[in-house]
Amino acid sequence: MAWFKRSKENIESETQRRELPDGQWRKCDQCGEIIHKTELGQHVYTCPKCGTHFRIGSKEYINCLLDEGSFKEQDSKMRSADPLKFTDTKKYRERIPEAIKKTGLYDALRWGTGKIEKKNVVVAVMDFSFVGGSMGSVVGEKISRAIDRAWKTKSPLIIVSSSGGARMMEGALSLMQMAKTSAKLARLAEARIPYISIMTDPTTGGVTASYAMLGDVNIAEPGALIGFAGPRVIKQTIGKDLPQGFQRAEFLLEHGFLDMVVHRKEMKATVSRILSHLS
Amino acid sequence: MAKTILDFEKPIITLEEKIEEMRRYSENPDIAQEIKKIEKRVNQLRQSIFADLTRWQRVQLARHPERPYTLDYINLMVTDFVEFHGDRAFRDDKAIIGGFGKLDSASVLLIGHQKGRDTKSNLHHNFGMPNPDGYRKALRLMKLAEKFNIPVVTLLDTPGAYPGLEAEERGQAEAIARNLLEMSRLRVPIVVVVIGEGASGGALGIGVGDRILMLENTWYSVISPESCSSILWRSWEYKEQAAEALQLTAPDLKKQGIIDDIVPEPPGGAHRNHEQMAKILKDVLLGELKDLAKIKPEKLLERRIEKFAKMGAWVG
Ligand SMILES: [Zn+2]
Repeated sequence: MAWFKRSKENIESETQRRELPDGQWRKCDQCGEIIHKTELGQHVYTCPKCGTHFRIGSKEYINCLLDEGSFKEQDSKMRSADPLKFTDTKKYRERIPEAIKKTGLYDALRWGTGKIEKKNVVVAVMDFSFVGGSMGSVVGEKISRAIDRAWKTKSPLIIVSSSGGARMMEGALSLMQMAKTSAKLARLAEARIPYISIMTDPTTGGVTASYAMLGDVNIAEPGALIGFAGPRVIKQTIGKDLPQGFQRAEFLLEHGFLDMVVHRKEMKATVSRILSHLS
Repeated sequence: MAKTILDFEKPIITLEEKIEEMRRYSENPDIAQEIKKIEKRVNQLRQSIFADLTRWQRVQLARHPERPYTLDYINLMVTDFVEFHGDRAFRDDKAIIGGFGKLDSASVLLIGHQKGRDTKSNLHHNFGMPNPDGYRKALRLMKLAEKFNIPVVTLLDTPGAYPGLEAEERGQAEAIARNLLEMSRLRVPIVVVVIGEGASGGALGIGVGDRILMLENTWYSVISPESCSSILWRSWEYKEQAAEALQLTAPDLKKQGIIDDIVPEPPGGAHRNHEQMAKILKDVLLGELKDLAKIKPEKLLERRIEKFAKMGAWVG
């Protein structure tokens, strides 16, 4: 359910490992291919050799999904109020400014309006780099406002998820964001406004168990880890190794929880084609 | 089954046993006088101990193996109960119980997590940890209640949704998510009561409603104190601190604007007197359902969505 601490730390070290010294090249950790930065951009941050989808931020995702220059961000400075004055080994009040400084983001989700092949849409995109993409009050409120906007303007809604789950440091309030966002989606559904959910690596815990799984259309990127419980917890529970490909996008497609698995390069065209039918 | 006595209950139980013993041995008026005195003392002691419980101690009470569970409430609160089984898709999940019963004269749908009291019944009910099939059974029954205009009462008491391989295969996340959405627009009143442990999405999966209540000695949060300790402190040893940090008790959640009310428990906790606890809860439920029955469905749904929309704390 909750985001995994390991994610944040590991990402930093993984990035450092993957980025070669002059910063112009990146090594694919799946096939070992060395990719130049410009080539990486052309391939929307996927490996040209083996197709591995690298984790990207909301800014990059918005660029690959929306018509150029059409995005208008809303509530960009909304940030956590630390309602519980939460302290573990460190104060949450100190963790937030550190995450803000490190990522240049105010929380783990960006939302706004824009166009996909000239069609008006409302988009919300998560950032895994901000406290493991965890959902607290800010993510919940921003999703909620994005849904409200889609509802008021009768525009299709697209949410791109990447999250370790609900944010522990806001306790039950984080949990309630699952109910809050799902309740708003119920209202959107009543108004017959399409909602497309795109799941990227990884989408787990409370985010999967709320808005990510509730799309009229559920799409995932190839190889994305998607689940409720994290693989480590499941492994502990059953005391066995997990089968190859377990909880990956293709596994979910096979079990009937996704409509399709789509390469990032094809995402915009696919979303546009779906919207041409549903709106 | 051996009686479970929590550390902080010991002084109370000791005095109570002493009173019992004195009663057994004498009808002497002097001793009756003495018993009265000790009774007064035990009441004061109980009050002072329970007024000062730490959050972790509340968690222990919420997990007390002698606490009333869903089936106990059903037995004690309703008549003409009929249990319904199965999700009509895969199987009957026994970690969630559901059926119709009469609360005084009116029918209600009762749905709740069910724990066991010994190894055998715990295995039968999977320790109150549902698989997707449990959430789907719950939703099927709620749709049935909606069809016949019957209000819904859900009782939350789970250490979490089951984190198993098959649970993932059958879409644990989708099952919970679907319930959150569908419960948000179910056109009959829903009253939610945390009767024990409200662990995360596993609890919330049957926890969307018009009124959210917690019994006095229960907890409800995004994660259990133990798991929180293991992730944030990287050790299982900090569960007490984690419980404090998470602010997961009924008074905490009332303060956070999540629950509407706290249901008082009998002196010493629900496990000390099932009948009295069930009576208190029944009266509370009758009151809540009476109020909710006056609200038209459209208004009810609007209020329900707005209720959850308000939850959270942010700046800017
Ligand atoms: Zn590669």
